[in-house]
Amino acid sequence: MKTFGGPVLFLDRSDINTDEIIPAKYLTEITKQDLKPYILEDLKLPGFDPKGEKTKAARVIVSRANFGCGSSREHAPWVFEVNGITAVIAESFARIFRQNMFNCGMAAIELPKEQLDLLFSHAGNADAAISIDIEAQTLTASGGGKQKVFTFDISPFDKALVLAGGWVDYADSKY
Amino acid sequence: MGKTTAEKIFASHLVDEPFAGTKVLRIDVVMCHEITTPIAIADLMERGKDRVFDGSHIKAVIDHVTPSKDSKTATQAKILRDWAHRHAIKDFFDVGANGVCHALFPEKGFIHPGYTVIMGDSHTCTHGAFGAFSAGVGTTDLEVGILKGVCAFREPKTIRFNLNGTLQKGVYAKDVILHIIGQIGVNGATDRVMEFRGPVVDAMTMESRMTLCNMAIEAGGTSGICMPDMTTVDFLWEFIRDEYATKEAALAAFSRWRSDDDAEYDKVIDIDISALAPVVTFGYKPDQVKTVGELAGTPIDQVYLGSCTNGRLEDLRIAARILSGKKLAPGVRGILSPATPKIYKDAMNEGLIDIFMDAGFCVTNPTCGACLGMSNGVLADGETCASTTNRNFMGRMGKGGMVHLMSPATSAATAIEGKIADPRKYL
Ligand code: SF4
Repeated sequence: MKTFGGPVLFLDRSDINTDEIIPAKYLTEITKQDLKPYILEDLKLPGFDPKGEKTKAARVIVSRANFGCGSSREHAPWVFEVNGITAVIAESFARIFRQNMFNCGMAAIELPKEQLDLLFSHAGNADAAISIDIEAQTLTASGGGKQKVFTFDISPFDKALVLAGGWVDYADSKY
Repeated sequence: MGKTTAEKIFASHLVDEPFAGTKVLRIDVVMCHEITTPIAIADLMERGKDRVFDGSHIKAVIDHVTPSKDSKTATQAKILRDWAHRHAIKDFFDVGANGVCHALFPEKGFIHPGYTVIMGDSHTCTHGAFGAFSAGVGTTDLEVGILKGVCAFREPKTIRFNLNGTLQKGVYAKDVILHIIGQIGVNGATDRVMEFRGPVVDAMTMESRMTLCNMAIEAGGTSGICMPDMTTVDFLWEFIRDEYATKEAALAAFSRWRSDDDAEYDKVIDIDISALAPVVTFGYKPDQVKTVGELAGTPIDQVYLGSCTNGRLEDLRIAARILSGKKLAPGVRGILSPATPKIYKDAMNEGLIDIFMDAGFCVTNPTCGACLGMSNGVLADGETCASTTNRNFMGRMGKGGMVHLMSPATSAATAIEGKIADPRKYL
C-alpha cells in the first residue's frame, strides 16, 4: 500500500480548478510522466511558485473549499502523483476530482474549516509535514516543534479503493 | 413517498451496493472522445484488458482537436480510431462526420429518458436535458465503463429549481443558467443533481434545455435533469418511431421517468425569470456574473461562437438575426464553429453561414477548438474574448486571456460594437 505523507504545500484559496492544476494544452501527452513539469502551472497565488522548491518537496497539498472543480481530466491527480503528491486535504472537493483521486488509489480528505485553519497555522513553518493513516482515519500534522492529530471521515468504498490501489482491478474482478 | 427522476434511474440501474451509500449502476451509454479515452485505452492494454463490454453501447468521436493539428493530437486520434475499429464500434465519428460530443450524440438520438450516461468529460451533464442521469467521469471510471458497463456513484440528492415567469426578449437559456450559477456559486450543487422545472423550462426547446443542463457542472452539479415531455418526444421521434405506435404512447412511456409530485428534494429554489436581463461573466469563475448593462462597453478582441453550450442551430439563428447586414467592429476577430456537420449544413442551407461570413466571421469546421484553448482561435496574453462557451477559468482559451461568457445574442451584439453590448437593442 502507498504511504501518504511528507512535506506540505499550502494553497490558501478556494475553487482551485483543474485548468490551474494542469492546463488543457498538455492533455495531448500520452504518458503520465510527461505531465510532470507542468504541475499547477497556471495557478497564480501570492508567494506560490509552481517550479519552486516547496512544490518539488511536497507530498501532501492542503487547500480550501471546492478543490479540483472544472474539467473531469484525471490528468489532475496524475500530475500530482508523478510529482510525488498522493494526498490532498481540503474543506471540500468537486465530485469528479475526488472520485478520480480514489479511483487512482490516492486520497482526497475533507476536514472542517476550523481544523483546516489549524493546519494552515503551520504554513509558516519550513518543516510542516503531515502523515496520513487511511486505515485508522487519522492524520498527524507536525511543524515548528508541535504535533497534532486529527481524525477524518472517509466512505468505506473510497477506503476500499485506496487500499485496493484503484478501481479497475476491483471492478473487473467483481462485475 | 415519491421519487425524483435521478432516484428512479438509480433504482432501475442498480447492479450492486458494495458499501452503504455507494451504488454501482449499469450504464446505457458510454461516450468517448480523443482527449481522455486514449490514455484509458493504453492503460487497459497495459493491464491485458483490451476489451469492451458491449460495442453497441459505446459511442466515440474525435472532436476536441480535429482535424489533428500536430503529431501528438494525431496520435491521440489514431489511438481512438484504431481502438474503435478493433472493437467494431459502429457509432464512431471521424473527420468529416465528427462534431462536438455533447451536440453530436444527442443529435443522433443516442440519449433517451431514463438512461444512464457517462463520459470522460465534465460537460456530460448536458444529456440530462432528455431526462437521463448523465455524469462526467475521470479516465479510470471511463475505463471501467468501457470494460464492464458499470460506474459507481454516491446517490446524489436533487436540488429542484422552479423557473417561473417568462423569458424576456433577448434573454435565453444561457442567461438563465449563468444567473443560477451566480446565485448558488461554483460549488452550490456539488454532489447534487440540478433538476430544472417550471414554465420557463416547459417552453424551452431541447437545444435550450441542453444549454441549461450543460453548465450544471459549473455549479458543481453531477447532472442537470429536465422532465421528459412532448418536446422530448418530438425531438427523438425519428429515432423511436419503430418502438412506439404513436407519440402519445412514447410520451406515456417516457413520463414514468418524471419526478413524482411527492418526491423529496434536498432543496427547492424558486426563481422568477421574468425580471432577468441578459448577463455576462466578468472574472475567472463562472459564478462571477453581472448584467450586460453593468459590463457594457468592456472592449474585446475576439468573439467566439460555438461549443457544446451554444453551437447549435438555434444559437446560430439567434446570432445571425442580429448580425444580418452588419459587420464585425474594426479590429475584432469573429470565429464561428458550428457544433456538428448537420448544424453546419442546415445553417448553410438557411443562409446563416452567408450572414456570418458577410459580417467578417471565420467559420471553422465543427470542433471544440478554442473553447479549451487547444486550436482555432486561442487567445494571446492580455486578450479578451466574448464567448458562448461555458468556462472562463484563467488560461482556459489561452494563457493570459480573459473570457467573458454570454449568450449567442449578446456575443453577436458585442461583435458589432467591439465591446460588450446589450443584444436587446438589435431585436
Ligand atoms: S466544446 Fe468545450 S466544454 Fe464542450 S466538450 Fe468541447 S472542450 Fe468541453
